[in-house]
Amino acid sequence: MSKVYIALQDNDDARYIVEAIEDDNPDAVIQRQPAMIRIENSGRLVIRKASVEDKMGRDWELQELHLSLITLGGNVSEDEDEMVLHWN
Amino acid sequence: MSTQKMNLTERYRALTRDLDWDYSYADRKEAFPYEDFEGIKITDWSKWEDPFRLTMDAYWKYQAEKEKKLYAIFDAFAQNNAHLNVADVRYVNAIKLFLTGVTPLEYQAYQGYAHVGRQFGGAGARVACQMQCIDELRHVQTQIHAMSHYNKFFDGFQDWSHMHDRVWYLSVPKSFFEDARTAGPFEFLVAISFSFEYVLTNLLFVPFMSGAAHNGDMATCTFGFSAQSDEARHMTLGLEIVKFLLEQHEDNVPIVQKWIDKWFWRGTRLLSLVAMMMDYMLPNKVMSWKEAWEVYFEEAGGALFKDLARYGIKMPEFVKTTEKEKEHVSHQAWWIFYNYNHAAAFHTWIPSDEELDWLSAKYPDTFDKYYRPRWELARKLEAEGKRFYTAGLPQLCQTCQIPMAFTEMSDPEQICYRLSEYEGEKYHFCSDGCQHVFDQEPEKFVQAWLPVHQIFQGNCGGPSVEEILTDYYNITLGQDNLDLKGSPDEERWKKWKKVS
Repeated sequence: MSKVYIALQDNDDARYIVEAIEDDNPDAVIQRQPAMIRIENSGRLVIRKASVEDKMGRDWELQELHLSLITLGGNVSEDEDEMVLHWN
Repeated sequence: MSTQKMNLTERYRALTRDLDWDYSYADRKEAFPYEDFEGIKITDWSKWEDPFRLTMDAYWKYQAEKEKKLYAIFDAFAQNNAHLNVADVRYVNAIKLFLTGVTPLEYQAYQGYAHVGRQFGGAGARVACQMQCIDELRHVQTQIHAMSHYNKFFDGFQDWSHMHDRVWYLSVPKSFFEDARTAGPFEFLVAISFSFEYVLTNLLFVPFMSGAAHNGDMATCTFGFSAQSDEARHMTLGLEIVKFLLEQHEDNVPIVQKWIDKWFWRGTRLLSLVAMMMDYMLPNKVMSWKEAWEVYFEEAGGALFKDLARYGIKMPEFVKTTEKEKEHVSHQAWWIFYNYNHAAAFHTWIPSDEELDWLSAKYPDTFDKYYRPRWELARKLEAEGKRFYTAGLPQLCQTCQIPMAFTEMSDPEQICYRLSEYEGEKYHFCSDGCQHVFDQEPEKFVQAWLPVHQIFQGNCGGPSVEEILTDYYNITLGQDNLDLKGSPDEERWKKWKKVS
């Protein structure tokens, strides 16, 4: 199965986003590189608004992800509640 | 009017599809004259879906936030005199190459998307191109702004825009975008959005920018990551356009495959500059070019092409060559610049012992066999006062415009040389890939503006190299170029750092 991936800037918001991703994708592999965090997973990776809000303790719009996002690989499906990266 | 708040999908629909209208006074075909130009068949533009469903209101909101964060870092960088905190003065030369070679491409991308954003019959695609067009203009501005700080302290930054239009090696990136912008609108998107941005751009904006942070340059790292966060959206546009074209009509498949083959190869040639930036120009290294290629092309691109196989799309032609090329291209490119450093607008150097060992470890099958001996010879000649610069002008590849000094990738001791004839004239190529690209559309590539040919025809001032450099390129010999060792940049650096 091909891997999907996302990379985030290593900033204060990303800390919580990464924690939420780890909870929702237990098999995801987290790699820390200078100034960035790369997360990859086999086939599929989900980022849930509710999980990130839970970690941050505040409202968070999924589109706020763009403030920390560096890059991604995979098809993107996004709605109000979650963003999914996947290969078909 | 309903006061209920629209959800993301409804807002997207209202701000894209509902922007479209029918023409009562003109033929729709006349309004979009280039849509049929390339033989692409679109049966239903409403099938176009942007996965991020980004609308203008959200776009301004989040871009403004990103911009605030970015400029706060630029200010902090300048206030902190952070040019003194980069790992080593050598690093700044990578930024000179970035400013002259890459930033003007962002402007070309802006022009390209402004053009094609007008040319598509589908409103969704037009809106996506419009937002990308604004992104690209933002990238030019932030990059110039971030790097301008270095201009106060180092040579080589003074006339980058002028240099981009004239200097020999800058014709490589320049011609790449000019080729894309003079193609039809769908080829432009497959070239830039898909082949360059989706398949290859990570290699420029991810490991290199992580490397910028690793070398103390947070301004460059942040503009790179901020730009790449737009690229993440552009990449979804690139993937969407390819899937959309393939789903619209089976006749589109071979056309798209031909473009993917062409632009993948042209892109790999362009990235040879990035390869040497990573392996030779970053004093603190994050990963080798070969490792970056494996992660961001072989693994990520492999997944992508597996996903596209159901449409009948194959891996790009000449991908086999790149499996070998990843071992060689950074070393060969840096060697070219070392030999022609008197005609470039940045400094070069011989790798230190520590760096030679790092390269040996990262390229165990090739570096000690083919490249270490060259650097050891260069070092010996330099110690004897016989530093060697190539005096003649190089033959250029008609397609990629890189000097024909790359080797056969299966035989790194043999220069690769290919020849095609067209209407009684001979044209030369650095590789099978570049020859193939030419042979598909020779009438386009015979018009290439090749710096060396232009110099010999007397179109670049002259006649001596020094006159061309000073009068035509605006490069000051011995100040903006030649070895870093003994340069004014190095003298200033030593004074600031209080080292002898």
